[in-house]
Amino acid sequence: MMTITAKILAAHCGKKEVQPGELINAKLDLVLANDITAPISIKEFRAAGAKKVFDPERIALIPDHFAPNKDIASAEQCNMLRQFSREHELSLYFEVGRMGVEHALLPEQGIVVPGDVVIGADSHTCTYGGLGAFSTGVGSTDVAAGMITGEAWFKVPESMKFIYKGKLGKWVGGKDIILHTIGDIGVDGALYRAMEFTGEVIRKLPMYGRLTICNMAIEAGGKNGIIEPDEITEKYVAKRARRKYRFYKSDKKANYVDVREYDLTGMEPQIACPHLPENVKPVSQLGSINIDQSVVGSCTNGRIEDIREAAKVIKGHKVHPYVRMIVIPATQAVYKQSIKEGLVDVFIDAGAAFSTPTCGPCLGGHMGILAAGERAISTTNRNFVGRMGHPKSEVYLSSPAIAAASAVLGRIGRPEELK
Amino acid sequence: MKFKGNAWKFGADVDTDAIIPARYLNTSDPRELAKHCMEDSTNPDFMKKMKPGDVMVADKNFGCGSSREHAPIAIKEAGVSCVVAKSFARIFYRNCFNMGLPIFESVEAVDGINEGDQVEVDADAGVIRNLTSNKTFKVAPVPSFMQELLAAGGLMAYTRKKAGI
Ligand code: SF4
Repeated sequence: MMTITAKILAAHCGKKEVQPGELINAKLDLVLANDITAPISIKEFRAAGAKKVFDPERIALIPDHFAPNKDIASAEQCNMLRQFSREHELSLYFEVGRMGVEHALLPEQGIVVPGDVVIGADSHTCTYGGLGAFSTGVGSTDVAAGMITGEAWFKVPESMKFIYKGKLGKWVGGKDIILHTIGDIGVDGALYRAMEFTGEVIRKLPMYGRLTICNMAIEAGGKNGIIEPDEITEKYVAKRARRKYRFYKSDKKANYVDVREYDLTGMEPQIACPHLPENVKPVSQLGSINIDQSVVGSCTNGRIEDIREAAKVIKGHKVHPYVRMIVIPATQAVYKQSIKEGLVDVFIDAGAAFSTPTCGPCLGGHMGILAAGERAISTTNRNFVGRMGHPKSEVYLSSPAIAAASAVLGRIGRPEELK
Repeated sequence: MKFKGNAWKFGADVDTDAIIPARYLNTSDPRELAKHCMEDSTNPDFMKKMKPGDVMVADKNFGCGSSREHAPIAIKEAGVSCVVAKSFARIFYRNCFNMGLPIFESVEAVDGINEGDQVEVDADAGVIRNLTSNKTFKVAPVPSFMQELLAAGGLMAYTRKKAGI
């Protein structure tokens, strides 16, 4: 009796069955790194005396964090990825103009598919669990080893099951579900474990919401987040998948170390307050919190549906005079679609900035750094001290709808409050 | 292996942005990274005050957040001999074994060590001694595969062997 996570791992190490706690060597379908983490991997790769990567079609190097290059040092780092990609003829290197935020880009382009085992030198690699893949963040050294051998060692994790029931209210979605969950179990509530999300709410949730939920599994310390693939998954991947994919499902009698049920009927939009993603409150309990900046974007909420949600809220309104609103589509395809649907006009007319894809302010990189004492509402996934700039700045995390409404109100608030 | 130094205490959920803020990640040069080690933590002057060999002692979930190996690299290059915590975040834990920063889990040691105490960690015996208070604590055992990795000289040495390079 195995969970979906155990089944995928078993299939990738040539075993019929694996048990939680077991150490395995798994074959990798994809190895990922970015402009911050790949330079260390490349140095390690060279220092090891390796001459060849295991498969030039299965290594994705994506300069998205400080790209388009924000300074000379970043330019040097991005150049390392570029040169390495040329030298090894990597097919999955994405240059500025074609790149997007890695965890939005790879599912969108069908580069990760259901049933995959993926490692990435980026903690939010867990996003692809939304497709029914096993994917997890590792360090640069793991990626260096993975690039050489096409394998990685794993301890098969125990699984926790999260069951969501009820009906989601207006302006409530994947982001609120995962924030609520992290608020419940804490930032180490799922340490070393797989988080399996299920229940009637998840079964109805569109793919973008599922990706948002799995994206933040790491914020609860989880090894991976995962959702059983179904018709919604099939519809999403059928037209994009670049490889064969396989749907795995948990056995009915699979073993879970913890099962939690949530009734989401009547749940308000959720906000994570500084300085941990577990400091979660329903929006109405926040009081009046003024903001200086509102950011919509990132691998958590930079997909087209997120941009649409923010645009719908802000349409016909103006960004508050004291607020800077920055909207960053996660990929070029999202950017283009935003133009096509007139969403860029909506934001510009409202007085917001609309940018080329980049991680940018999400990690305090560039494109929207906060000064001391400033406060932002953001659709990103972390609100640690100094995450978006000065160590004395603050970040509140929310859905795109709340970020957009707050931009207009000048304080954290709901779309219903806009006149 | 034995490590000896003075203890620097940190709280729960110290994240990788506190260990090495993202604004310094436009380089992977260990010297540069070490300069900013713990800059956004509760002890921003850590680098000015610590001495090589000192031991970091933290509450639960140390190293949560990003996968950046820059975090253990900065700590190691700073001269910290080892980190003792009640628990470590998963990716940080894995990174430490891969790149060779010694870490130890012990709830009782963390509770029994105050800032500034002189601490000795005996990795082979699996004990931590607080030389200031004269108390001894047990370390959680290291999983056998991790021991194998350490014995091989880290993940890359292990990989070289496996790949026959
Ligand atoms: S958008 Fe933010 S969380 Fe996502 S990969 Fe980029 S920096 Fe990391």
